[in-house]
Amino acid sequence: MTTTDSAFPGPVDYLDQRTGLGSAIKTFARKIFPDHWSFLLGEIALYSFVVLLISGVFLAMFFVPSMNETVYHGAWASMQGVTMSEAFKSTLDLSFEVRGGLLMRQIHHWAALIFMAAIVTHMMRVFFTGAFRKPREVNWVVGFVLMILGLAAGFSGYSLPDDVLSGNGLRIADGVTLSLPIIGSYMSYFIFGGQFPGTQLIPRLFTVHVLLVPGLILALVGLHLFFVVLHKHTQYPGSGRTDKNVVGFPLFPIYVAKAGGFFFIVFGVIALMAALFTINPVWDYGPFDPSPVSAGAQPDWYMLFLEGALRLTPGQLEVVIAGFTIPLNVIIPAMIVPGLLFTALAAYPFIEAYATGDKREHHVLDRPRNAPVRTASGVALLTTFLVLILAGSNDIIATQFQLSINDITSVFRVLLFVGPAVAFWITKRACLALQRKDRELVLHGHETGSIVRFASGEYIEVHKPLNEHERWLRVGYEAHRPIAIAPAEDSRGVRRKGYRRDRLRQRVSQFFYEDRVEPVTPTELAAAQSHGAHDAIAQAPDALPQVESQPVGGGQHLVTPNAQVTPDERNL
Amino acid sequence: MSAHDSSTHDGSKDVVVHTSDTLPERFSNPGHPEHHLRRSDQDPRANKRAELQVVVLFLISVIGTIGFLVAYFTVTPAGTPSSIRNSNLLLGLGLFFGLMGIGLAAVHWAKSLMNDHEKSEERHELRSPEPVRAQAVEVIQEGVADSAIGRRGILKGAMVSALALFPLSIAVPLIGNIGGNWNVSTLKHTMWKKGTRLTIDPTGRPVKASDLTIGSVFHIIPDGLDKTADPMEEKAKAIVLLIRLDPRDLKIAPDREGWSYDGIIAYSKICTHVGCPVALYEQQTHHLLCPCHQSTFDVADGAKVVFGPAKRPLPQLPITVDSEGYLVAQSDFHEPVGPSFWERLK
Repeated sequence: MTTTDSAFPGPVDYLDQRTGLGSAIKTFARKIFPDHWSFLLGEIALYSFVVLLISGVFLAMFFVPSMNETVYHGAWASMQGVTMSEAFKSTLDLSFEVRGGLLMRQIHHWAALIFMAAIVTHMMRVFFTGAFRKPREVNWVVGFVLMILGLAAGFSGYSLPDDVLSGNGLRIADGVTLSLPIIGSYMSYFIFGGQFPGTQLIPRLFTVHVLLVPGLILALVGLHLFFVVLHKHTQYPGSGRTDKNVVGFPLFPIYVAKAGGFFFIVFGVIALMAALFTINPVWDYGPFDPSPVSAGAQPDWYMLFLEGALRLTPGQLEVVIAGFTIPLNVIIPAMIVPGLLFTALAAYPFIEAYATGDKREHHVLDRPRNAPVRTASGVALLTTFLVLILAGSNDIIATQFQLSINDITSVFRVLLFVGPAVAFWITKRACLALQRKDRELVLHGHETGSIVRFASGEYIEVHKPLNEHERWLRVGYEAHRPIAIAPAEDSRGVRRKGYRRDRLRQRVSQFFYEDRVEPVTPTELAAAQSHGAHDAIAQAPDALPQVESQPVGGGQHLVTPNAQVTPDERNL
Repeated sequence: MSAHDSSTHDGSKDVVVHTSDTLPERFSNPGHPEHHLRRSDQDPRANKRAELQVVVLFLISVIGTIGFLVAYFTVTPAGTPSSIRNSNLLLGLGLFFGLMGIGLAAVHWAKSLMNDHEKSEERHELRSPEPVRAQAVEVIQEGVADSAIGRRGILKGAMVSALALFPLSIAVPLIGNIGGNWNVSTLKHTMWKKGTRLTIDPTGRPVKASDLTIGSVFHIIPDGLDKTADPMEEKAKAIVLLIRLDPRDLKIAPDREGWSYDGIIAYSKICTHVGCPVALYEQQTHHLLCPCHQSTFDVADGAKVVFGPAKRPLPQLPITVDSEGYLVAQSDFHEPVGPSFWERLK
């Protein structure tokens, strides 16, 4: 084959013959992606990770990961003659003597905070829209692991400058490690290469921070994105969008420009923050020394929930059994509570699939109101984290608002249990109310503000029916019902096997779907329009069809409208 | 099993709402909404204007990068806070404009000039079709048969043993070395011993009882700390807070008679919760507060916990004065200092 009769110019032809580039271009260049602002959250996470890689490579050129002691004689006057580790000294040097180094350090730290924030909000978007449903459960787990790795990357990097603030963070990490039953003291030696603080930790953290964790993150980001391409992106509900299609714009040129441009916007915003806002001024804190500590010390925001859990747990929980100390006042907040919260988060898609019994693929997202228990569960989980995060700042709250730290802590102890329950209840009720508002709007249309007087003297307001696109957005969802199970005994009164398991599943399913609002059906709409007769003014009000007297649907009737639904169905 | 498999999202036929009898059970998808043209699609002048805006945004980026380079070569950070701040600010702003110009230009281009007709693509179920599954099972079975593994139990056992054991050659040396000497009993002792002088942190100046007035607090390290093999590790365990109270305020437990000297009392500075230095002392209440998690200890009453996540009192260092009047330790602490761990009482 010669190149002259090919559609490809020389270099592309060369590559295609060796890589099959042509097929890849044909498959991917015009691949369709849906458009929505909330899809950018994941992009922010990806792009801030790229910014972390770029700025991290820069910093690694100048940082010395060593705990050997040295005396500072650099540019920063207030640290002259202070004994410090080489890690701390090189941090000062790369901030003050490498031109642009301080900017890169600030970019790196801000990008890390934004990276975690973007991961968390992206996860919230995926959760509240049900994007984790089949076939994306595995990718949810991949994303979950990425979040955990993000925490590991953040904590290991935060500790590298070997300043007194992060040093006390490591001291806390050591205290938590020591609390582990049986192996605690050995795990502490494992991490620190002996007693705290030792001389091994910074080099070890450096390897974890620049090689191990980012390597894993890169690999899993690759897997995460591979799944996105394989599954094709989810889309928000709307006219023309189904579980069988994907509606949007082609990768080339629209997303090359939009997503490519967005990288520069994300980087630009991080650069602006780095230019204007000081972050982690280690030159004010000073090098690590086991003795000093500053009041009002806070970890980076993504570690605050752990800090808050540690602050809230009362000390009485520490017990001694047969001479062995079990510090439950540390184990519970630092391991059991986060363990439970994170397990619940990772397992949620599987729990919901179990309750739903739904085996179909879902590519159209849910509006959060149309999944009240899911939305409420998510808000409850977030409330738990929020209470813990606030508790992690209880000293700041106390000084800013002139309150007693003891009172604040006691209030948070109660709120940790009450807050999520109240949040769950309010959110679920709000979702159901929004669904009823949707029903109301579909059945009665928009208020127009024009009042009509009948010959009989009655006044009514004319309502304008929704157009089919407006209507579809509000009726095109599915209200899951609790799963039906076979009865405990067959026709001859013999108890069947597996009934108890089925019953448990039904209970879970009832928790999820017992309270629900069904979408308006065409029959209901027809009935509502004929009884209201607002648009057919000629019809006399007393000639209403019989159907009117039935409690069909209106938002204010808290009933499932369709009277002929399956017998197992329960009303609100 | 479930009651919801009758409905589907797809379907293209339009529903006429008002006809009776034949109303479907659910509404169906009305199909793609009508496309709306943008101003730049209809008005050539608006189109031209959008193009100009994109060009200007790219130019802002170019100016930003030039500005960055100018700042790099002209604004010298000279060690003073203001020069460092200026350098950081100008470099950061240059970078911001250099990046933001490109970003906004690209997005504006895409939104105002590129074709914005939505397209629709089919999705395909991920599940492999049944014949493909059957073939997959077949090729695996063929492979298993080819390998002849099915019949050879002892071969399988040998293979599994070899694969399971070989990582030991990496794990054993790693675990053997990674914990240093693995002598965790050193956690239970500090370098304080009978006669060790209490000295000021960090200068190392010895303290006399007369140096302390009532209400004063000294941060203390043991004499000779910097001559030890691992000063950081020793310091992390041995730091002490020395406080002088009015002897009338001091409640002394019977088994600690003689551990303090004329109202001067010494406690470990390491929090018994997770090990932060307990450094905030409130003179009026005699309370010591850990700034990390707010465990509060009552100095006047054996450093018992009055609030917060710690359980145990801060260990007390028994002190006295030597012949020259300097404060010295009577012994090491009588219990391990710092956070709790499994074998601390063993």
